[in-house]
Amino acid sequence: MDYAEAKEKIISELSKKKGKTKFYFNDLAKILDAKPRDAKKIVNQLIQEQVLEFWSSGSTSMYGLKGAGKQAGAEGE
Amino acid sequence: MPKHETPMLDQLETGPWPSFVSDIKQEAASRAKNERNVEFQIPEDVCDDLLGVLELSYKHGRTHWKHGGIVGVFGYGGGVIGRYCDQPEMFPGVAHFHTMRVNQPGGKFYSTEYLRQLCDLWEFRGSGITNMHGSTGDIIFLGTTTPQLEEIFYEMTHNLNQDLGGSGSNLRTPSDCIGQARCEYACYDTQALCYDLTQTYQDELHRPAFPYKFKFKFDGCPNCCVASIARADISFIGTWRDDIRIDQEAVQAYIGGELKPNAGAHMGRDWGPFDIQKEVIDLCPTGCMWMDGKELKIDNKECTRCMHCINVMPRALRIGNDRGLSMLVGAKAPILDGAQMSTMLVPFIKAEEPYDDIKEIIEKIWDWWMEEGKNRERLGELMKRQGFQKLLEVTELQPDPRMVQEPRSNPYIFWKEEEVEGGWSRDINEFRKYHQR
Ligand code: SF4
Ligand code: SF4
Repeated sequence: MDYAEAKEKIISELSKKKGKTKFYFNDLAKILDAKPRDAKKIVNQLIQEQVLEFWSSGSTSMYGLKGAGKQAGAEGE
Repeated sequence: MPKHETPMLDQLETGPWPSFVSDIKQEAASRAKNERNVEFQIPEDVCDDLLGVLELSYKHGRTHWKHGGIVGVFGYGGGVIGRYCDQPEMFPGVAHFHTMRVNQPGGKFYSTEYLRQLCDLWEFRGSGITNMHGSTGDIIFLGTTTPQLEEIFYEMTHNLNQDLGGSGSNLRTPSDCIGQARCEYACYDTQALCYDLTQTYQDELHRPAFPYKFKFKFDGCPNCCVASIARADISFIGTWRDDIRIDQEAVQAYIGGELKPNAGAHMGRDWGPFDIQKEVIDLCPTGCMWMDGKELKIDNKECTRCMHCINVMPRALRIGNDRGLSMLVGAKAPILDGAQMSTMLVPFIKAEEPYDDIKEIIEKIWDWWMEEGKNRERLGELMKRQGFQKLLEVTELQPDPRMVQEPRSNPYIFWKEEEVEGGWSRDINEFRKYHQR
């Protein structure tokens, strides 16, 4: 899968999920159907391009589409 | 006059120990005075509001911090932990109160100049409150606002030669003991290995793609000053393969009282004359020491390198010369099924640059855990779920008696057909010659 295709797939799959805006890395690897190390390269690039953004509780990290769901000031509402 | 009344917090100051409440009050007072005319970039009364919100939490019996957040410096998935207060009107000073983790220097060596630079930066752009150090080892900066994050990161990376540490589902900031810099027990250069792996695995440290956190800790010897065996997914513990070096003259000097046991560490009380039998030989966990007339003997092949005898008589007994480290895996704190100590995986490996053998094992472990680990599953839990045998398979290591904690604690070895000569099929007629139906 080339990068443009992977990006499309991530955006369309993540926007489909109703009521869920934060995803584990494993969920993304599954969508991409790729080995973790290959998935990581794509996910890193999506972060660089600001398609995705990190969310962190401090102990766990998750990913979401930039701007989707609860934003910084409105956590936990 | 404090900004908020804090009767419950004040009580915490009345105990016998130094109190974090007094520390925060001190910082609040110093910010209010601002003798050095710092141009504070976040509210001057941040510490007052921190005390206020904590008092309120005690009153309500619930936290007033929200859970997590989307903050960080660009491109990094770790190092910043977003914290927002859910009573921002009452406590505007802590409306944002993000934590930053700073990668501590190897062995936690600082110059006072460097410490001063860190503190100055943090007074200017943060609350001034630090935690030296967090349990992972990082320097923790407690409390700043979102616009300050990139500024602090820039200053640290460009002018202080410093990086953020790990948080979230990352490789956490590797941490090491003081090692060969100061300690004669160190069996390898902890700081060299810690630094090398920190540099090699920058991507793993800053870009979270693991199922959960992953920790490396480096102890130069089994005294485990950074408690690697209790807290690291991979503990690197120094050890040696040959014999403990014995200086028989110094042994006699301990017996005769000319040398103080434990380098004089327990001299606050009179313990009576040193008794080598009672204090050393009888306490050797493997019973592998004895006196042969005036000579101390050690059966080195039974010695587990527990360090007891060496700690008691450091002038007489020294670590061996053929040194390296053991790699133990899977320690963790008690969130799921209790705390776990790490398990011996590699009994001995040389610790020599460029450490390729060590890296090969690390990467095999990661490949397995990244594929098979469930979300929020530590390596130690995956080892329990899929078995130690599976770990040996993925790391391509041979089983070794030293991996067995004690006889019979794990008696189930499952053979695979290809490992057994002749496989599973047998000649039933030949078998029946010896065994009735
Ligand atoms: S772990 Fe061992 S080598 Fe490291 S500082 Fe402690 S006693 Fe020394
Ligand atoms: S290091 Fe421990 S096990 Fe080895 S001889 Fe000394 S006391 Fe015994």
